[in-house]
Amino acid sequence: MNFKLKVWRQSSRNGKGEFNDYEATDIPKEASFLEMLDIVNEALELRNEEPIAFDSDCREGICGMCSLVINGIAHGPGKATTTCQVYMRRFNDGSTIWIEPFRAAAFPIIKDLTVDRSALDRIIQAGGFITARTGSAPDANSLPIGKAEADLSMEAAACIGCGACVAACPNSSAMLFVAAKVSHLGILPQGQPERRRRVLNMVREMDESGFGNCRNHYECEAVCPAEISASFIARLNRDYAMAAAEEAAAL
Amino acid sequence: MNGALDSKIPSGPLEKKWEKHKAESKLVNPANKRKFDVIVVGSGLAGASAAATLGELGYYIKCFCFQDSPRRAHSIAAQGGINAAKNYQNDGDSVYRLFYDTIKGGDFRSREANVYRLAEVSALIIDQCVAQGVPFAREYGGLLANRSFGGAQVSRTFYARGQTGQQLLLGAYQALSKQIAAGSVKMFPRTEMLDLVIVDGHAKGIVVRDLISGEISSHAGDAVILGTGGYGNVFYLSTNARGCNVTATYRAYKRGAFFANPCYTQIHPTCIPVSGSYQSKLTLMSESLRNDGRVWVPLKKGDTRSPQQIPEGDRDYYLERKYPSYGNLAPRDIASRSAKGACDEGRGGGPGGLGVYLDFADAIKRLGEKTIRERYGNLFDMYHNITGDDAYHTPMRIYPAVHYTMGGLWVDYNLMSNVPGLHVLGEANFSDHGANRLGASALMQGLADGYFVIPYTLGNYLATQMGKKVSVDRPEFKATEEEVRTRVKGLLSIKGKRTVTSFHRELGLLVWEKCGMARSKEGLEEALQKIPALRQEFWQNVNVLGDGQELNQSLEFAGRVADFLEFAELMCLDALERNESCGGHFRVEYQTADGEALRNDDEFCHVSAWEYNGSRKPPVMYKEPLLFENVRLAQRSYK
Repeated sequence: MNFKLKVWRQSSRNGKGEFNDYEATDIPKEASFLEMLDIVNEALELRNEEPIAFDSDCREGICGMCSLVINGIAHGPGKATTTCQVYMRRFNDGSTIWIEPFRAAAFPIIKDLTVDRSALDRIIQAGGFITARTGSAPDANSLPIGKAEADLSMEAAACIGCGACVAACPNSSAMLFVAAKVSHLGILPQGQPERRRRVLNMVREMDESGFGNCRNHYECEAVCPAEISASFIARLNRDYAMAAAEEAAAL
Repeated sequence: MNGALDSKIPSGPLEKKWEKHKAESKLVNPANKRKFDVIVVGSGLAGASAAATLGELGYYIKCFCFQDSPRRAHSIAAQGGINAAKNYQNDGDSVYRLFYDTIKGGDFRSREANVYRLAEVSALIIDQCVAQGVPFAREYGGLLANRSFGGAQVSRTFYARGQTGQQLLLGAYQALSKQIAAGSVKMFPRTEMLDLVIVDGHAKGIVVRDLISGEISSHAGDAVILGTGGYGNVFYLSTNARGCNVTATYRAYKRGAFFANPCYTQIHPTCIPVSGSYQSKLTLMSESLRNDGRVWVPLKKGDTRSPQQIPEGDRDYYLERKYPSYGNLAPRDIASRSAKGACDEGRGGGPGGLGVYLDFADAIKRLGEKTIRERYGNLFDMYHNITGDDAYHTPMRIYPAVHYTMGGLWVDYNLMSNVPGLHVLGEANFSDHGANRLGASALMQGLADGYFVIPYTLGNYLATQMGKKVSVDRPEFKATEEEVRTRVKGLLSIKGKRTVTSFHRELGLLVWEKCGMARSKEGLEEALQKIPALRQEFWQNVNVLGDGQELNQSLEFAGRVADFLEFAELMCLDALERNESCGGHFRVEYQTADGEALRNDDEFCHVSAWEYNGSRKPPVMYKEPLLFENVRLAQRSYK
């Protein structure tokens, strides 16, 4: 298969970026999207042109390192998928493909298609955990947890932290990401003692990091590789309102 | 230097050793803990759990990873589960049985005391993870659910859908994040360790490259902990993440740490087959699928019918036939070799005849599609996405692929290497899995080392290091930094005609053919001829563009491939010297009449630990004899 690529190239964080044209030729239809870029990069290197920088690691859709906006869609075509799990047989032979980085004020571009998503780590550091000092845990079966609760918690916990929700949101909001962690931990009995502090601190860190607010566009849910439901955002809002009211009342 | 291999195994009965060792280990008082800086390289299950726990204890930790966030480490990709001797199923499990299964699964090539300790702390891991909020699968009554895994006849595997590694890693990452916020851990993402710094014979720091700015700098610490994973990517195609590499452990080896059993590599039986040379990685289908899937090939050679058209009578369920008591749950090395055997006989299915079928038709008939979807839905989706096939209606096609490496840096019972101060955890060390790792044991070992072993044993070293802090101003740091700079500049100045990837691919194919599922003296000797030639060509003809002062992914890969090109030789040499078959190391010259691995306990019941001896001389091998005081060495039988 052959494709015309329009790829965002940017030398550094403050450099001026632009789309460059590349030809992707003789691409096997079984190749993944990133393997297609590998082939293009090897051809560039053989012509002494600098390869296109992009992030990827596990290449099986779980580590969350790959990004890319493909033809305007974060992680490209297909439901519930990461860029590394997009296969070229999805594209029409001879078509033009636009490739851009995840764009958001809170995700500065490092080079070409790689972006800095450390703001997501800072949100977790602000409260996305349950304090459980190593060695102090009671027997795991001493706290039965209903299957429905455990399954719901798992659905939220499946978030891979890729940031596609932010890239897809017109407001660059990280609400789905925050909602997933707040819900994963807040649904479980172990997560109750820190529930209020957690939601307040995570939302504050999110605001400080420059993410926008949620305006119910549901673009996040549409691109989420882990199919995190936007209904978790409603749960986050409820938790936040309760926690904020309690905090205000205590003053 | 034979005395160098003191494994420091405590005396006394097996089940009392760890208790005794903990009681006798040295403590560092709380006021002194904060005076110690500890460097942790890697943020996977081993690295993150160690950094978080040591941070909680009051040490000051610097943690490094090459990914953009510690949550990306490749532990995240583990699908199936984590073993623990909880006996929640009341099916006869015990610490001893988990210990015995692991020793036997490793084909009697691991250390009894280490494996027993692993089984002992396994139960604590589950408690710890549940307390952190890891959403393990549960039964309707609210208790934890279990499933079976290869090499065991009890149900002791805990799981979170097909994403157990992800959930365990996120638990450790969240504990780490808490310590980062508390200020006891400083995290350095997108920072790659390129060398180890030795001061007066002790590991006292590392040299790293900031992958964004390209800056090369040094970090000093009172101890260095490597949790940098395995070297499976020496084969180019493996189930490892693209970034997985041998650099940290290989650099430590070149600074004097012994590399143990590098030839023990694990080929996983259930992966999606290779489809072309463009391919960048292979995808694993969790071993848990073998709980309900039945493995078969056509009975006759060259049967090109599609799998649904082949009637029961023309199928050979070869694992069930050859190993009736374990059936489809035979250990990984045996299942892989059997698959290769069937394909070598010309009975494989699909393009090139390199594939066997993993069939769920019976399980769907027995349990219904809904149950199968609940158990393995994400794996079936993944398979569908990659191959375009629907495994609910047609069998999966699978083939073995490189997955895990049991070899690694040599460590003693304290998880310290022969270089004082250098500790090695998880897949990066060699100690617990012998010649073959059982499924759901890697997660167990990574977390055991990080949460429950190193926090107790590190004190034994640090207690001797009060007042011995070194700074990066020492000449040893400057000299090591200079060597790293020269090497980076060297890679950038060759400007040859071949890409880094082309060398990696060629190396990978060579070691896969000569040092993969079946190895022979001739093949290994041939590889040992070809690898130095390929390495020489690399240093004359590789083309790394750009400069070192920016994000340069070709340069990162070039450094890793350069190390693989040296390491591959050590791996083949080890495979050549081990004149027996055991676990994942199968030498065609040493097999039983029915094609099983034939160990030679009289001559090879030892760990082979290799010492670097300069670039012009071959490495020196030391033997650590393996003493089995509690189990009887037996031919492994899963029949």
